Amino acid sequence: MKVSYYPGCSLHATGKEYDQSVKAVSDALGIELQEVDDWSCCGASSAHMTNFKLSVALPARNIIAAQKDGLATMMVPCAACFNRFKSAQHHLEEDDSLKTEIEEIVGAQYDASVSVRNPIDIIYNDIGLERLREAVTRNLDGLKPVSYYGCLLLRPPEVCQFDDYENPYMMDGIMGALGADVRNWSCKTDCCGGSLTLSKSAMVVTLVDKMMRMATEAGANCIVTACPVCFANLDTRASKDVRLPVFYFTEIVALALGLKGPESWFKMHNVDPRPLMTSLGLL
Amino acid sequence: MSTFLEEVNGRMGGVPIQRCFHCRKCTAGCPVAFAMEYNPNAVIKMIQMGMKDEVLTSSTIWLCASCETCVTRCPNDVDIARMMDTLREMAIESGASKGEKNIVKFHEAFLSSIKMGGRINEPMMLVQYKLKSGDLFSDMGLGLSMFMKGKIKPVSPRTKDMKSVREIFKATGK
Repeated sequence: MKVSYYPGCSLHATGKEYDQSVKAVSDALGIELQEVDDWSCCGASSAHMTNFKLSVALPARNIIAAQKDGLATMMVPCAACFNRFKSAQHHLEEDDSLKTEIEEIVGAQYDASVSVRNPIDIIYNDIGLERLREAVTRNLDGLKPVSYYGCLLLRPPEVCQFDDYENPYMMDGIMGALGADVRNWSCKTDCCGGSLTLSKSAMVVTLVDKMMRMATEAGANCIVTACPVCFANLDTRASKDVRLPVFYFTEIVALALGLKGPESWFKMHNVDPRPLMTSLGLL
Repeated sequence: MSTFLEEVNGRMGGVPIQRCFHCRKCTAGCPVAFAMEYNPNAVIKMIQMGMKDEVLTSSTIWLCASCETCVTRCPNDVDIARMMDTLREMAIESGASKGEKNIVKFHEAFLSSIKMGGRINEPMMLVQYKLKSGDLFSDMGLGLSMFMKGKIKPVSPRTKDMKSVREIFKATGK
């Protein structure tokens, strides 16, 4: 399958290993990515928190750019971008006068032809767990992840239309298919504090420390996520005594599929996951 | 002249916030209520009581992380997350946004980075935020470590068609 690809700003900077692992996994699973031409930022939380129209117009510019690819799907790995795109589509499709106004600003028509999807959804539903299981060359024995979905893939559910919004299972299913011993826990959909990490760091520390403790209590030895904001907060804000390694879910898929790259990605993490992986014989 | 309640409802669209019957599910599920000066359901009541200054100058509206747990769980479909966005917009417009100055400055730095290059350049955005907030030294070690790992670069690719991005800012700016 061929899809449009919107990396977003984080995947070209602090979330570099997410971009690289999404590309490696997509290639291995036969998903061809075509980067959206001359994309711009989705506006993230700062746009919707301060200027509603800006928060619709910025994603609209990119969806309209993706329309030109003529592909049914735009893959958006970043949960924050995913949420802004889904939200903009929701408003554009619900409110005709807003749609007209935004089209005038962007200078092109929005035609609702592009479906915005996260790679978790594409791998789970289009590739399927059976095919994923067959592609595994290195069983993840001893890896005990908890899946952390956070806020932005799931809420509000009628906008995101992603997974069970109180007890999501797709990332758990993917990890299980790779042979990991996925632990169940109650923080799957909790908030990490998001963009408040710079301006209210202490608050974010409280939130992520709680999650680290809950994950440890659930018997996990690492956390997997699909959001660069969650990743950054968990990987850099947790207090020293409660830290667990954090991974983008695609890094773990790549590792199980025996692809090149995991070690170079792990080096970029703040909490070094290599001791864990070496002890499990996975590196 | 419209009341504060009418103004908020009018700008939000959706169901009127006075549908709230204060079951407090929003507050119970709010991850940051512990740090807020007024709980989310209390803000609704304060809007109904016309307490415009108290609401628009409060820290609560800026501490909301937009996790959308409240609106997902509200039995009456009150879009509290959108209400917080609306209140932040109103606070900025009226110059009342003094509740949490650094959060406001972060948003300014973030949007100004998009305005300049179409995409966020994280180091430049951080420098701008640091200069605006005066919080110069926190996270220096972390920033340096990310720089050493090649995660953040002083120069990163920009959007080529900047005219279209600037047009969006111009047309939506107030």
